[in-house]
Amino acid sequence: MAAYSRFIVPALLGGCVIFLIVGSLQSSLFAQQTVSGLANGGIYASLGVALVLIYRATQVINFAQGAIATFTTYVAWQLMTWGLSYWPAFFLTLAIAFVGGTLLELITIRPVERRGNVLTVVIATLGVLILVEGSVGWIWGAEIRFMPPAFPAKGIHVGGVSFSLQDLGTIGISIASVVVLWALFKFTKIGLAMRAAAFRPDAARLVGVRVSWMLSLGWGLAAMLGAVAGMMAAASPSVLLQPNMMDGILIYSFAAAVLGGLESPAGAVVAGLLIGAMLNLLGSYVSWITPQLLLPAAFVLMLVVLLVKPSGLFGRTQVRRV
Amino acid sequence: MPSLLELQEVDARYGPVRALHGVTLTVGEGEIVALLGANGAGKTTTLRAVSGTVRRGGTILFDGKELRGGPEAVARRGVAHVPEGRGTFSELTVWENLRLGAYTRRGSIEADIKESLASFPWLEERRNQQAGTLSGGEQQMLAIARAMMQRPKLLMVDEPSLGLAPLVVAEIFRNLKTYNEQQGLTVLLVEQNARNSLAVSHRAYLLETGRVVLSGESDELAQHEGIRRSYLGY
Repeated sequence: MAAYSRFIVPALLGGCVIFLIVGSLQSSLFAQQTVSGLANGGIYASLGVALVLIYRATQVINFAQGAIATFTTYVAWQLMTWGLSYWPAFFLTLAIAFVGGTLLELITIRPVERRGNVLTVVIATLGVLILVEGSVGWIWGAEIRFMPPAFPAKGIHVGGVSFSLQDLGTIGISIASVVVLWALFKFTKIGLAMRAAAFRPDAARLVGVRVSWMLSLGWGLAAMLGAVAGMMAAASPSVLLQPNMMDGILIYSFAAAVLGGLESPAGAVVAGLLIGAMLNLLGSYVSWITPQLLLPAAFVLMLVVLLVKPSGLFGRTQVRRV
Repeated sequence: MPSLLELQEVDARYGPVRALHGVTLTVGEGEIVALLGANGAGKTTTLRAVSGTVRRGGTILFDGKELRGGPEAVARRGVAHVPEGRGTFSELTVWENLRLGAYTRRGSIEADIKESLASFPWLEERRNQQAGTLSGGEQQMLAIARAMMQRPKLLMVDEPSLGLAPLVVAEIFRNLKTYNEQQGLTVLLVEQNARNSLAVSHRAYLLETGRVVLSGESDELAQHEGIRRSYLGY
């Protein structure tokens, strides 16, 4: 049993990839739907990685992650309304998200985190959710706004199939932001310290790592990823810029994080892309699956993973010899 | 010999339970000092009180100045603590563990990594291996090598021999002795095995229920009637 089980995940992933590639080669509609599904998936992946970052460091699901993403997306919109062009506003928003996320952790989470109870922290994140969502409504109102897209609404033709540039750009940016993050964790001293603080906070403190600062930094990075997800999502005609725009996306991102194994950023990325592509194909090929059914489908997926394989696709396997 | 570490009437408690009742001891520069005692005597807690991982009272002087704050601050003063259970990062690679040891230092550490790999040669070929996949003895040596990356003035080691084969234990103690003799490293050692720790140390303190009950030169203590009966078993 154990001997086979380590082949199940690669086989499953390989099967999915082959299915997507073969399908795309057979039909141009399939190819288009796959790409636009992957674009959604890139958004789930970014937000999913944000959830994983905080979960890994504190064992807490940050329920406010979607609301923070919404807030920063409004910030980006505001900057553009004030006259900044897209990319300066994009990067300024990332900086603001980083500072904001760090401060939010300092002000709301750190005081309750000291008490050391996971449940208290979860409830604090719910409080942050209400606070941030409320301030979005208070500052910008409930009306739907138009968020300019990062890329021109054009298509490019590859082998007779037309892909939306917006979709391709979304996939590219989501993956790029995750790769930058991965490089930060892998190659920098601060990234190494953040990982150490997440895995063994007590031992990290003994070598001089200021663990509580690492947590604040983690919130800042998570908020940045959320901002990327939000700015990409708001440009999509099916989401638009509105106070509850991330509610549905957060559910898909939960599903991605859970399917990926909750502690694995790479897992969240792969799972997010897969969920995006598969759900989009389901919605367009299976006639009785309406868009309303896709959100419950994500829930079902999450439940199944938690029941059958709680460590997900890429869950951390405990290696320890005594 | 100038004293590097001085504990004056140090208390420590875990919640309502008091684990140390006014421990007073000194560790001189360049000395290896051992803490002896049965389980629950307060040996581990004494180390934790120094590194700030337990709430403490009383006065702790290090290098002439009071030692304050949590473990992050204590590490920055030049105290390395290898805790019970080693405190290696099992999910990280051997190289990353060594890198973290030098976290508080600035500048290049490549030369130091080379040096510590040289004193534990088998670490070299495993530098990219996850620390959790090493054997218990290898992890213990990695933990000590990582502590040395900090270039500490004081190294505190807690139960390095726990669960390890005698040959491995001998190698670990030989390494501690070498660090002490060649680099003048000061060591505060907690060790269940009284025979080993009296052999490697210059002086020792005996703890019972959170108090120092006996102290002296290690070779004299090894002859002491009570110690022999209770801790050396002959």
